[in-house]
Amino acid sequence: MLPIDQRPTVLRMSNVNKTFNGNVVALNGMSMTVGQGDFISLLGPSGCGKSTALRLISDLMVPTSGKIDWEGGHEVGDLGVVFQEPTLMPWATVAQNVWLPYRLRGKSYASVKDEVLEALKLVGLEKFQNSYPRELSGGMKMRVSIARAMVTRPRLILMDEPFAALDEITRFKLNNDLLELKAKINCTVIFVTHSVFESVFLSDRIIVMAARPGRVIQELHVDEGYPRSEEFRTSAEYAAYCRQATDALHLAMGEAA
Amino acid sequence: MSIAENTPVVDSHEVRRQRAKRMEKLGRWSLPVVVMLATLLLWDRIVVWNEIPHYILPGPGRVWDSLVNDWGILWEAGLLTGKITLMALALAIVGGAGLAILFNQSRMVEMSFYPYAVILQVTPVVSIAPLIFIYVDSKTAGMLLCAWIVAFFPVLSSTTLGLNSVDHNLRDLYRIYGASRWQKLWMLQLPSALPYFLGGLKIAGGLSLIGAVVAELVAGTGGVGAGLAARIQEAGYRLNIARMFAALTLVAAMGVFIFAALSLLSHLLLRKWHESALSRET
Repeated sequence: MLPIDQRPTVLRMSNVNKTFNGNVVALNGMSMTVGQGDFISLLGPSGCGKSTALRLISDLMVPTSGKIDWEGGHEVGDLGVVFQEPTLMPWATVAQNVWLPYRLRGKSYASVKDEVLEALKLVGLEKFQNSYPRELSGGMKMRVSIARAMVTRPRLILMDEPFAALDEITRFKLNNDLLELKAKINCTVIFVTHSVFESVFLSDRIIVMAARPGRVIQELHVDEGYPRSEEFRTSAEYAAYCRQATDALHLAMGEAA
Repeated sequence: MSIAENTPVVDSHEVRRQRAKRMEKLGRWSLPVVVMLATLLLWDRIVVWNEIPHYILPGPGRVWDSLVNDWGILWEAGLLTGKITLMALALAIVGGAGLAILFNQSRMVEMSFYPYAVILQVTPVVSIAPLIFIYVDSKTAGMLLCAWIVAFFPVLSSTTLGLNSVDHNLRDLYRIYGASRWQKLWMLQLPSALPYFLGGLKIAGGLSLIGAVVAELVAGTGGVGAGLAARIQEAGYRLNIARMFAALTLVAAMGVFIFAALSLLSHLLLRKWHESALSRET
């Protein structure tokens, strides 16, 4: 994998501001370049604009000022998203849920069946393709959601605190699985979290943000290649990175207070 | 020796719970039947002991005889009432769900017409019906219109609620994936609205029967032949109280049948995924 500063650019945010109701500044002058293969964590307290940043990137909002540019333009299907909730359609089977991004582009199930099953296999759920979401556990539902986000192999996957509602054990397991997935398909991810440990374990770039107004405070790099294993979680390097990130977060919190 | 060997597999609480479950299962069917039999018996005894003449209150035996002897007339009347009810229900589905979709697609149309849908609903149909029969020549059309006015609103309001109850994350997801308005409607909003629609439908089923009966009472007999309500009225004029009860029984049976059929439909459509159709163990 290329070093962080040599990766081809996927998306560039330049001096992006977002203001609500004319006076609430949700995001203040955010600039960020996303390179291909980056695993970026947006880390910060609530109200720091990390979710706003995701909504801006996914075109659900427009910036008040500043620009968000995709390298070479972009089309529907360049983006995959995972929300905090699994956000599955309860009336559709697992396979039909994963088919959705293709279906909305007018592709029949038969024509993309291989891709759908491949995505389910990557998250270890190929046996559950005909199950309904209610038959799955919380962790399995989240896996389906991840499979749906990556089935089209998008240029960028946005994850908005996807594991925040899961229990610690499931969360650790899904962290490992996500890293495995990252190693397999080298996806580019922006991952919103408020967990220092999660951000260090998963990402190679951590962007620490502060609240009121939401802004970027600092960027940290985690120089640990993929695949990462469970050993990394207990290593001295991991602890050192966590301390760095915690210090940065304290700085962010201190400034906000 | 482990603890498991000493502990009985089924504890006292568990025994109680199982017994309660069996009682529940048995009671659900048997208790209403017992109540019905007791009521019929009491009714019969009251009539016999007080020597009430049958043109004031016939006993259940006489009602049964009327049901058997007048079956030809009653069945024909039932068919007519049933036909009007089902047609009105069909129109209520088309009209109610159609309007809900229209309102959902255009906020302007919704703002313009929704208040009038409410007004139509809150005005008692008994008071509108006589007017309808002045202007509508066809008796069938008039009766349909009456029944429709009562029945369409629950379908409209519950479907509207359903169409607006889409999970907001799913809505965002569809937007991000570039879904067209029709894809959103067809693949997201309509399935989301289905449980709400079916809830409205169950209410509309009963209401369309009420509407049909009211319409018949206002329209009177003649023309298209007499439905059950008209038969009740007619039997009342002749002091044939037993036939009134027999016809009433058929109306009630029809209502129960419609409700059961719609409940079954709802169960079949939702059983795989919706919370309301899932049976919970323990």
